[in-house]
Amino acid sequence: MEKRRLIYLDNNATTPCDPRVVEAMIPFFFEKHGNAASRSHQFGWEAEEAVDYAREQIAQLIGADEKEIIFTSGATEANNLAIKGVFEMYARKGNHIITAETEHKAVLDTCKHLEKLGAEVTYLKVKEDGQVDLAELDAAIKPGTILVSIMWANNETGVIQPMREIAQICEKHGVLFHSDATQAVGKIPTNPREVGIHLMSFTGHKMYGPKGVGALYVSRKNPRVKVTAQMDGGGHERGMRSGTLNVPGIVGFGKAAEIARLEMAQDAERVSKLRDKLENALTKLEETKVNGNIQSRMPHVSNISFKHVEGEGLMMTFNQNIAVSSGSACTSASLEPSYVLVGMGLGDDLAHSSIRFSLGRFTTEEEVDYAIEAVTNGVNHMRDLSPIWEMYKDGVDLTKIEWSAH
Amino acid sequence: MAYSNKVLDHFKNPRNVGVLDKNSKNVGTGLVGAPECGDVMRLQIEVDDATGLIRDAKFKTFGCGSAIASSSLATEWLKGKSVEDAMRIDNMDIVEELALPPVKIHCSVLAEDAIKAAIKDYQEKNGIVPTTVENTATTA
Repeated sequence: MEKRRLIYLDNNATTPCDPRVVEAMIPFFFEKHGNAASRSHQFGWEAEEAVDYAREQIAQLIGADEKEIIFTSGATEANNLAIKGVFEMYARKGNHIITAETEHKAVLDTCKHLEKLGAEVTYLKVKEDGQVDLAELDAAIKPGTILVSIMWANNETGVIQPMREIAQICEKHGVLFHSDATQAVGKIPTNPREVGIHLMSFTGHKMYGPKGVGALYVSRKNPRVKVTAQMDGGGHERGMRSGTLNVPGIVGFGKAAEIARLEMAQDAERVSKLRDKLENALTKLEETKVNGNIQSRMPHVSNISFKHVEGEGLMMTFNQNIAVSSGSACTSASLEPSYVLVGMGLGDDLAHSSIRFSLGRFTTEEEVDYAIEAVTNGVNHMRDLSPIWEMYKDGVDLTKIEWSAH
Repeated sequence: MAYSNKVLDHFKNPRNVGVLDKNSKNVGTGLVGAPECGDVMRLQIEVDDATGLIRDAKFKTFGCGSAIASSSLATEWLKGKSVEDAMRIDNMDIVEELALPPVKIHCSVLAEDAIKAAIKDYQEKNGIVPTTVENTATTA
């Protein structure tokens, strides 16, 4: 294989910053370096104006009012603020929170933290296709339930949850609905008011903006939602999040939102075609399985299990040329495979054998063609090396073998 | 995480991949690990009757790069050794040779287990009382 540019198919981890975004940010590092909270001079006014403009760009992307956008350092902070903030603010109403097992750690660990502080948390299981069971959600809500937190789209599988239906259930019971929409915003239409979401977390760097800046949408009317600040200080962001605003980051986030609003449809159409091409070619290999609901899925994501091939080893066959990520957490000390895939009922062996491909705005067809060839070769190479592939080919029932778990 | 050049070399050009006749009296087979854990190693040795030395060694591994490199290296080390010397191969020798990071030490442990399992299988087949050796000596 000839030496070539590293192909990036890991856009769910982070996206490159669009050059148009970078260009918009640059003046705000030196020339326009002001603090948006400085009310007494030109530098401050200029920065404040830039932040206001970005807030509008972001609000427009999600069909919100700009007063409903609270800037944070990213989606993790937004999730923390939403869940902890509601738990504190609505403590008199109850202490029960409902979420799902396949949420991001920023939601799960926040909930675990709150359990220590007296919260009761229900972690819904998901169905085999990765979606929550609506009847189970409905049944889990009780008088003390204050919040349902369900992500819009899953980071590992791209599976999109039935957002409207979840919102209707929350509406019926008068429960607040928060969504970690990190993977969805900027890539598919995400209008919280239209859907019935009251709090929504998202971030710049998953939508071709910079890292270190995100936002929490907080509904201001019908209902007017309040969250208790988790960061004390100067009372920025209408008292919900203190701290000097990251002006260049926010400007970039705003620009990214504007580009996403204008180009989302064409990006999604183009990228989903490339994703389908990749997926169709790779699933022609024997014993492969696409994980998650393919009818309700992000346009740029494909999570595939290659049976009897270990994901990290497979990645190593091509990671000089292609960047992807694996459902096998063999790099972590825990040796635990992806809890998202296991939560969907995949066996640990298949979870270890999975690769997540996430395409993006800058992925080209030529790159996809190259990836198809390299991954196919990698799978074949690893299967030649795999004792369990050999056994499978010889007709050995692998479930009958007494493995020495270690 | 970056891999060492030695891991990359064994991964790209694995030595002694394959299978020996597991029914042969001279062949010992060790199968360790589990698919659920993301690592399975099958390591085989073939012992020469006349010399008592390991004449051939083969492996196949389902696992990450470090697991494949550990088993590939093990087969290289096994060839030409007596069974007694093979028993002395310690996982830390593999760690050192391949410069495995702490999170990958389990791969070397698995390779040592595979060696021991292959030897045990060979010894049982041939009615040899298994020798146990304390892992104090170093090899290579």
